[in-house]
Amino acid sequence: MIGVGRTKQHVNVVDRPLGKGKVEVSLSAFSFLFSELVQYSQTRVDNIAELERRLEDAGAGVGLRTLELLCHREKGNRRETRLLGILSFVHSTVWKCLFGKVADSLEKGTEHEDEYMISEKELLVNRFISVPKDMGAFNCGAFVAGVVKGVLDGAGFPARVTAHFVAVEGQARPRTTILIKFAEEVLQREARLG
Amino acid sequence: MPPNSRPGDAVFANVERVNAELFTLTYGAIVRQLLTDFEEVDEVNKQLDTMGYNIGIRLIDDFLAKANITRCSDFRETAETIAKVGFKMFLGVTGSVANWNADGTECSLILDDNPLVDFVELPETCQGLYYCNILCGVIRGALEMVSMRTEVKFVKDILRGDDAYEMRLKLLEQVPEEYPYKDDD
Repeated sequence: MIGVGRTKQHVNVVDRPLGKGKVEVSLSAFSFLFSELVQYSQTRVDNIAELERRLEDAGAGVGLRTLELLCHREKGNRRETRLLGILSFVHSTVWKCLFGKVADSLEKGTEHEDEYMISEKELLVNRFISVPKDMGAFNCGAFVAGVVKGVLDGAGFPARVTAHFVAVEGQARPRTTILIKFAEEVLQREARLG
Repeated sequence: MPPNSRPGDAVFANVERVNAELFTLTYGAIVRQLLTDFEEVDEVNKQLDTMGYNIGIRLIDDFLAKANITRCSDFRETAETIAKVGFKMFLGVTGSVANWNADGTECSLILDDNPLVDFVELPETCQGLYYCNILCGVIRGALEMVSMRTEVKFVKDILRGDDAYEMRLKLLEQVPEEYPYKDDD
């Protein structure tokens, strides 16, 4: 029955040509969908930490797939193996693909050797989101932190990644900083590679 | 190109847009999450429809504000507007309308392509899943906000081996608008 007299057939996903990543949908469509993700997640958790965790998990799935996709499409099936390489890959290539622009900044933490920060004045996912007062420091950027974590984990750079609001002088809205804390083994390996 | 042959194109060109892959992968993450939470595909279908409904009741405002359309004179025009302007404005793809019943209360909305399903393959365990069921909910929710009670369901799905994505749209009731009107026209 399947495939009889069909003009158009579902072709196995790996047999289809890979898109160039230029297709777009409306920002509204994405924002509505993301808002549903947040609202749905809220119904399944008891506290803010769990909520952030769920958004992070959803993001990690996106990050892992983005890594695979971009390594194929942009890097000729190679991926970064050095710390600064992968960080700049996240900050430039991944950001550009997903959010249409390079992230505003990538900095090294001043206090700890293993910490790096990617900051964004207005994170795409937070565009239409205002956090109720009773939810404290909750930041929907947890989803983006998850994306970063997904990319890093998938590339062999396990890290703890969290999203934080940081007040900016003279600005009504705080910026979001994605804090990346690499696992010890990553830094040891990096030191060995010299 | 003759004017108005693709009325949604101009609208889509004027709205802010994001990369479809972000949208696709995020939707995938939601569906995976639902499958983990509910286990039963029927429940997931239902939940996707509910999420869509929640989106639809808000999305209609965005649509009316930006789509630059006039009031639809009948249900046929409504269906055409969803297919040609609605799908295009939000998803960047144009649909078509077919298979009307004699009364003009039931038709099919057909999509050949759909950004939700890029990279998607249904595993054996998810054969009963209507992966894009969220779209049914969106349409139902949006139409309810403009006084039309409808039933929307998938009848064809390329992921399940069919030749198109086809949703059956059925008008159940046109709720008369009652004074005082809530909108300003």
